[in-house]
Amino acid sequence: MGEIKTYTISIFTENHVGLLNRITIIFTKRRLNIESLNTSESEIAGIHRFTIVVKVSEETVIKLVKQIEKQIEVVRAFYHIDEDTVFQEIALYKVHSNTIVNGIKVESLIRDNHARILAIENDFIIIEKTGHKEETNDLLKKLEPYGIMEFVRSGRVSVTKPLEHMVSFLKLN
Amino acid sequence: MGAPSTLVSTKTNTSVALSGAEAVIKSLIQEDVDLLFGYPGGAIMPVYDALYHYQKEIKHVLTRHEQGAIHAAQGYARASGKTGVVIATSGPGATNLITGIADAQIDSTPLVCITGQVISQLLGTDGFQETDVIGISMPITKWNYQVTSAEEIPEALAKAFFIARSGRPGPVLVDITKDAQFEQFNFDYKKCESIRSYNPVPTTDQNSLKKAASLVNESKKPYIIFGQGVILSGAEQELRQLLEKTGIPAASTLLGLSALPTTHPQYVGMVGMHGNYGPNLLTNECDTLIAVGMRFDDRVTGDLKRYCKQAKIIHIEVDPSEIDKNVKCDIPLLGDAKKILQSLLPLVNKSTHPIWMNEFEKCKKIEFEKVVQKDFFPKKDQLSMGEVLNEINNITKGDSVVVSDVGQHQMISCRYAQFNYSRSNITSGGLGTMGFCLPAAIGAKLAQPLRQVIAIVGDGGFQMTLQELGTIKQFGIDIKIIILNNEFLGMVRQWQELFFEKRYAHTEMQNPDFIAIAKGYGIEAKKITEREGLNDALKKMLTHNGSYLLEVRVGKEGNVFPMVATGASVSEVRLE
Repeated sequence: MGEIKTYTISIFTENHVGLLNRITIIFTKRRLNIESLNTSESEIAGIHRFTIVVKVSEETVIKLVKQIEKQIEVVRAFYHIDEDTVFQEIALYKVHSNTIVNGIKVESLIRDNHARILAIENDFIIIEKTGHKEETNDLLKKLEPYGIMEFVRSGRVSVTKPLEHMVSFLKLN
Repeated sequence: MGAPSTLVSTKTNTSVALSGAEAVIKSLIQEDVDLLFGYPGGAIMPVYDALYHYQKEIKHVLTRHEQGAIHAAQGYARASGKTGVVIATSGPGATNLITGIADAQIDSTPLVCITGQVISQLLGTDGFQETDVIGISMPITKWNYQVTSAEEIPEALAKAFFIARSGRPGPVLVDITKDAQFEQFNFDYKKCESIRSYNPVPTTDQNSLKKAASLVNESKKPYIIFGQGVILSGAEQELRQLLEKTGIPAASTLLGLSALPTTHPQYVGMVGMHGNYGPNLLTNECDTLIAVGMRFDDRVTGDLKRYCKQAKIIHIEVDPSEIDKNVKCDIPLLGDAKKILQSLLPLVNKSTHPIWMNEFEKCKKIEFEKVVQKDFFPKKDQLSMGEVLNEINNITKGDSVVVSDVGQHQMISCRYAQFNYSRSNITSGGLGTMGFCLPAAIGAKLAQPLRQVIAIVGDGGFQMTLQELGTIKQFGIDIKIIILNNEFLGMVRQWQELFFEKRYAHTEMQNPDFIAIAKGYGIEAKKITEREGLNDALKKMLTHNGSYLLEVRVGKEGNVFPMVATGASVSEVRLE
């Protein structure tokens, strides 16, 4: 079956209700777990972009991409390994305000990890960190001893390294 | 009739505004639809009311169950090459379509399903007869769309027809809320000719074409397996030309049957779990396999690890997702089968392969001695399914459309039925839907009114949709129904015998009086239990004016061979 790797699938679609469901069905039908999923606009007006991360073999990701492209409202889909993309995730951490007031360590943690404070309220502060999963996870572990009230991480967003513009693949009228 | 239709108010109105419901009918007329199968209900009533005013333009066949309507539409599409259209109401009406939609999806049948839906304000409130048919049908439709305003109707239906019939055909569903059916708007219809995100027929790579031709020219034991793609692209003539020029033997998949006349000297039979001996065995002997419009279903390939490993494979296919899905090919030829075969024809050398063809002949003889002889001329008192098919062939000479259900009788029917014309074998392939036959035969007859349509069905499958006898009677549909009654769910029983040590768990059927049932519906019927009466009974049935049901009692425990057991390789095809 080939080596299991992390693949980022980028899907360019029309912006229609229900398309997300059509795409995820392709994964669930094959019992594949989606590691992360993000939808947004793309650089082309009216064209949406899905970014889906999966851990599968190359053979499987090829089949997935073909099944995704088969959907009527999907314009094109591509897959890339991590080395071929620049990608980023964002994580938010909610911690008690007193951890920052009383502890110099937390302040240095924020500094050393290139995180930043997004909001300060009476009871809590919100820390933001962008980075790869390992990096946001690392900060999570370091903050844990101080008590984390809430943690959330976004899906991956990614752009590809190869020079050709994806737009050139899109046969748009 | 009840309340005045929206049509009346439209006609007295100075504007050209129509109701959404009337727009549905007008759109269907624009798509040259003259036949609908359906079943009314609350949420689709405005469309039915509009239909009342267009009875001259569109014939509606009221089935006895929505499943009957969709299978009839499938039978119509398969026998005619046109898009089948089915209409149902919301909730249970829509969910009753699901089996047929799944069947049409896996067998690439072009269908447009129109369902009524609760008014848009009620969506998501669990309203009466509300069901999320868009969500339910998503994995089994090529495309689906929910219309909540009348203005969307023409475009949604134009897209629906374009998507259903183009590229690799399939079922689409358009769900229309009741308020959209009532709403007035200015109707304007434009046929859909392209969708920017959809490429129905990929471009064929010219280099690959040349490579494929030289591979064919170099090979000593080339072998063609063709599927329904040949029929769907109308490539029957091109396939025949290619065969005759190259001298290559050709076998069919279950759904490819009738694309090539069964009497063609290079036609070697059917592949698959209950296909013919030679076509299965020699798949693992050929040096080049040319797969035309087929998808290497597991019932065709058996164990993939031992499937055709010795050969180079050329795969002619319209759907890119089928390339390398199950069987890795050496040369993919993406595109329309007809055009690809046309392009290939001048590039291949004129040739013959007598020694290789003779291998198939040898296998055919072995199969005749071990299987066919026993099927056609059984020594037992009880009738066999095979001899019924043999007698049908003797009488019809391959001119009929044969519609079968699912199970032993299906495999016997598809193995033995003779076909002279394309689109003559209508059966549920990929989904294996019991109950398909009777309603599909209705559609097939309406598609090909001048041809004899024979529905061959088992006692189990018949009872899944026998209510459609009512439809057959009401619309005077002349089909000949043969129940091959073995009082068992025969195929499951065969597996129980072969793989579950004869533990017949819930496969024996205590059947009703089928003759009384047919007569109850006003359909002529006869039961046959003895060999002597078979030929006469078949002749009487086939010359009878109107529909007719013939029940044939066959041996209870007959088995279908050859057989490639689950997990076995095609080269391990069993003859007994």
